[in-house]
Amino acid sequence: MSTSNRYDVIVIGGGHNGLICAAYLAKAGRKVLVLERRHVLGGAAVTEELYPGFKFSVCSYVVSLFRPHIIRDLELAKHGFDLIPLECSHLPLPDGDSLCRWADAHETRREIARFSARDAEIYPEFGLAMSKLSHFVKAMIDSPAPDPASLNPRELANLLRLGGQLKELGPDLMHLQMRLLTMSAVDFLDLWFESDILKAPMSVSGIIGTFLGVRSPGTAYVLLHHYMGEIDGAFRSWGFSRGGTGQVSMACARAAQSYGAEIRTECSVDRVLLKNASACGVVLENGDEIFAQTVVSGVDPQRTFFGFVGEENLDPEFAAQIRRYKLRGSSAKVNYAVDKLPMFGRTENDLHLRGDIAIAPSIAYLEKAYDQAKYGDFSDRPYLNIVIPSLVDPTVAPPGKHIVSCFVQYAPYKIKEGPEHWPKRSDALGDTVTDTIEEYCPGFRDSILFRQVLTPWDLEQEFGLTEGNIFHGELSQEQLLFQRPAAGWARYRTPISNLWMCGSGTHPGGGIMGAPGELAAKTMLGGGGV
Amino acid sequence: MPIESPFHPQTAKRCKSLRWKDWSGYYAVCAYDTYAEREYFALRHSAGLMDVTPLYKYDVCGADAEDFLTHVMARDIRKLADGQVSYCCWCDEAGKLLDDGTVWRFSKDRFRVTAAEPCLAWFFENAHGFEVSLSDVTDRIATASLQGPTSRDILKQACGGKIEGLRFFRMTPVSIDGFEAIVTRTGYTGDLGFEIWVDNEHAPRLWDVLSEAGKPYGLLPTGLDALDVARVEAGFIMNGVDYYSANHCLIESRKSTPYESGLGWTVHLDREPFIGQSALRAEKYRGPDRRFVGLEIDWDEFEALFAKHRLPPEVCSAAWRDPKPIYNLKGQHVGHATSGAWSPTLKKNLALATVQASHAKIGAELRFEVTVEYVRHTVKAVVVKKPFFDPERKRA
Repeated sequence: MSTSNRYDVIVIGGGHNGLICAAYLAKAGRKVLVLERRHVLGGAAVTEELYPGFKFSVCSYVVSLFRPHIIRDLELAKHGFDLIPLECSHLPLPDGDSLCRWADAHETRREIARFSARDAEIYPEFGLAMSKLSHFVKAMIDSPAPDPASLNPRELANLLRLGGQLKELGPDLMHLQMRLLTMSAVDFLDLWFESDILKAPMSVSGIIGTFLGVRSPGTAYVLLHHYMGEIDGAFRSWGFSRGGTGQVSMACARAAQSYGAEIRTECSVDRVLLKNASACGVVLENGDEIFAQTVVSGVDPQRTFFGFVGEENLDPEFAAQIRRYKLRGSSAKVNYAVDKLPMFGRTENDLHLRGDIAIAPSIAYLEKAYDQAKYGDFSDRPYLNIVIPSLVDPTVAPPGKHIVSCFVQYAPYKIKEGPEHWPKRSDALGDTVTDTIEEYCPGFRDSILFRQVLTPWDLEQEFGLTEGNIFHGELSQEQLLFQRPAAGWARYRTPISNLWMCGSGTHPGGGIMGAPGELAAKTMLGGGGV
Repeated sequence: MPIESPFHPQTAKRCKSLRWKDWSGYYAVCAYDTYAEREYFALRHSAGLMDVTPLYKYDVCGADAEDFLTHVMARDIRKLADGQVSYCCWCDEAGKLLDDGTVWRFSKDRFRVTAAEPCLAWFFENAHGFEVSLSDVTDRIATASLQGPTSRDILKQACGGKIEGLRFFRMTPVSIDGFEAIVTRTGYTGDLGFEIWVDNEHAPRLWDVLSEAGKPYGLLPTGLDALDVARVEAGFIMNGVDYYSANHCLIESRKSTPYESGLGWTVHLDREPFIGQSALRAEKYRGPDRRFVGLEIDWDEFEALFAKHRLPPEVCSAAWRDPKPIYNLKGQHVGHATSGAWSPTLKKNLALATVQASHAKIGAELRFEVTVEYVRHTVKAVVVKKPFFDPERKRA
C-alpha cells in the first residue's frame, strides 16, 4: 500500500457515503484517501461479529433507498452487494392477535379486513397515491437540492422542472402533497383509515430517527420514504443485506479500491488542516499530517465544523446555524443472539417473521412512549422495529440460531441525568426491551445467548454520531433540501474553501441511500472542486 | 393428463399456491407460494429442494457401454473416470443437436444418461453392433435436487460426511436413513448443489429427511419458476426453449448445432467416428453462422422509456421464454433472444440469445425489443460473458 502523504482528495469517515464519494472520485481519476477512525469500515452500516458465529448489523439494519444507479455505476453487485427482500410487516398485539401486511395484496386485504373492512379496501388506494407522490420526491433525491434563492438560469430551470412535476400531479394530489408536508403522521393517516391497529404501525414511519411523536406536525412527510423503498429499480420493498449492512459498505469499499482509492482504518482525524482559511489536508490524532487539495467530510455537520474545523475558524452566523442544526438522537439499538426463534403470536410457520416486526400496538402506546422521552426518560414500553435477518441469510448466525435486531425508540440522548449518565442506564434500557419482547414472546428471555445495547451515548462515542442521531441530523422539513445542513450550504460545499461534505447530514439525508456521497462527488467533479 | 411423481404426497402438501405445470408428463410445482421470489432467494442464499424426477434417465450397461456412448455422444466418453459425471450433447448425422444431458460412469460397462427428452429409440437405432443393454429407468427413479450455498451442510446432516469431499460433477453412493441413494454434484442453478437419486419407494422418506435436516439451514421447497431465474443467471441453454431438438423441427433453420449453441466445448472431434462427426468438423472449420450469447440489457435506456410515461421500470419477476427479435444498430434483424430474466442477485436485466456470428463478440452492441405502454421500442443490449453468475462455491 502506498504511504504517500499527498492526495487529490481526503475523505474523512469510511461510512457508506464516504466510500461511495471516494469511489466516484477515484473512478474519475482522482488520487483519493479514505480515513476511518474505527477498525472496521461502514460507519453505521457495519457488520461485526460480537459473539462467536453471530454477525450483527450493529446499527442500521435494513436497506431501502439505496440508489440503483449507484449499484450499476460502481458495479457493486460484483463487489458483494446482495439484497434479500423483506417479505412483510408484522404487528403482534398484546391480546395475541396480530396484523401482517404482505406483498400479496389479497392476503393483506383479508388481514386488514379483520380489523376494518373499509380500511382493507382503502389500503391499496393509499399505496397508489403515495407512489404517485413519491415519484415527485424521487426526482428531488436524485439531484442536488434546488436553490430557491438563486437567480442563476440553470437553477431557475431546475426549480421550474420540479414545479412542473408538482403541477403534473393534478390538484387533488398536489393538495395531498401540501398536507403531507404539514400534517402529523396520525392526522394524515386519519384522512384515509379508521383502524388504530393499521394506523399505529404505519404512523411510526413518520418518527423514525426524529425527536417527534406520531401526532407532531410535519411527521407525515417522512411516511413517504416508506413508499420509495426501491430495490432493483422498481418501487418495491426493503431489503436485508447479505452478510449484514456492513456488506453494503464493504462492496462500496472494494469498488473504491478497484478504482485506485486508498483506505486506512484505525486512522483517527484530529482536525482539518487550514492554510489561509482554506483546507489543505488533515492532522491525525497521532500528529501526522496528510495533505490534499480537497478534504471531504463524511461525518455529521457538527462534528465536521466544531470538531475538525474549530469554531474560531467559522463565520459566527454560519456557526450559529450549525449549532442550531437539530441532531437530538431519540433511538437506541438492542441486538440479541438467541437459540430459539421468537414467534410473535403466530406459530404455524415463520413466514411472518421474514420482514419487519413492529411493537406499536396503538397510537396511544406510541404517544405515551414519546411523552416519557419529552421529559428525559426512555420509554418504559418503547416502539420497537425488529428484524431477524438470520431467517433469510444463513451467513449471519449458526444453524438453528438467530439474530434479533431491535431498533428502539424513544431513547433520548439527553436523558434528565445528562447524556454522560447513559452508561449507567444502559442495562435498564436493555431489560426494558427484553421485557417488552417477552410480553409478546413468552420464553424469549431464556433464549438469549448474548445482548448488545447501544444507547444514543454509545452511538455517539463509538460511531461518532453526534447526539446519537442515526441520520446525521433529523429528517424534519426545516433540515431538508436546500436547508440541509444550513441555508445556502446545501450543495456539499462549505464556507471553508476546499472543504466539502458528503455525509447523511447533506441532501438528501440519512438511511443507506448513498445519494449524498454520490451527489457530493458529482458536484465536486462538475464544479471544479477537485 | 400428467401423472404424480413419487414426491407428490410431499410436494402437494406444501404447494399452497396450487400452481403446477406439466413437465414431461409429470405434475411439477411452479411455485409453492403466490410468488417465487422467496424460493429464488433461498436458492441463492440458503438452499432449495426441487423435485426433478421428470428428467429422462437411461441405464446403459454391457461390455460395449463405453464404446457405444462414445459413438453417440459428441463428447469422448472414454475420458471419464469411474464416479465421474459429464455434461454432454448428442447430434444427428448432420451435426444438428438432438438433446443435452449428463452421462455418468459407474464403471467401464455401466453408465447412466439423463436427458431432457425421450431418446431411447434413437439410442436403440444406433446400438447395432454394440454389446449393450439399454433401459429406461425414468419411472423407477425419483430425483431430488438440493441446490444452494447451504446444500452441502444439509446433505451432510442427512447422509453423513461422505459427501464432504465430493467434487464438482462427481457422484457417490450414500445411505440415507437406511436406504441407498446416489448423490451427484450436479444441478441446473449454476451454484453449489447436489442431485439425489433413489428408487421411487424411498422418495417420500428422502424428501422428509432432507426437509428436516434443512430446517436450521433455511431450506425451502422450490419450484420451477425460481429455478428458471437461476438457470438464466447460470447461462444454461434449455432444450425446447433456447434450441429445438432436430427431431422436432419442420424446417432446417430451426435446427442448431453445438457450435451455434455454446456447446462446442463438449464436442471432441479428433477421435474415432461418432454420430455427426464429419458435419461438425466441417462446421468447426467453417465457423458457425450463429452463436448463443449472453446479453445484458441496458438499464438506463430501459428505464428512460418508462420514465417518458412517468412509470417506474417494470421487469417481470419471473423468467420469460417468449422469443424476442434482436437487431443490429442499423435496425436489421440479426437474431433472437429466447429466454431471460431480471437477476435480483446481479441487479441486471439478462437475456440468452442466438445471434449472427458477426455480432457475437463480447462487447458487441445490439438492440433488444421491448414493449412499453403497448408500443414497441428497442434498447441497447451488450453481449457479455456467460455464465452471468458464477460463484466460487459452485466448484469449491
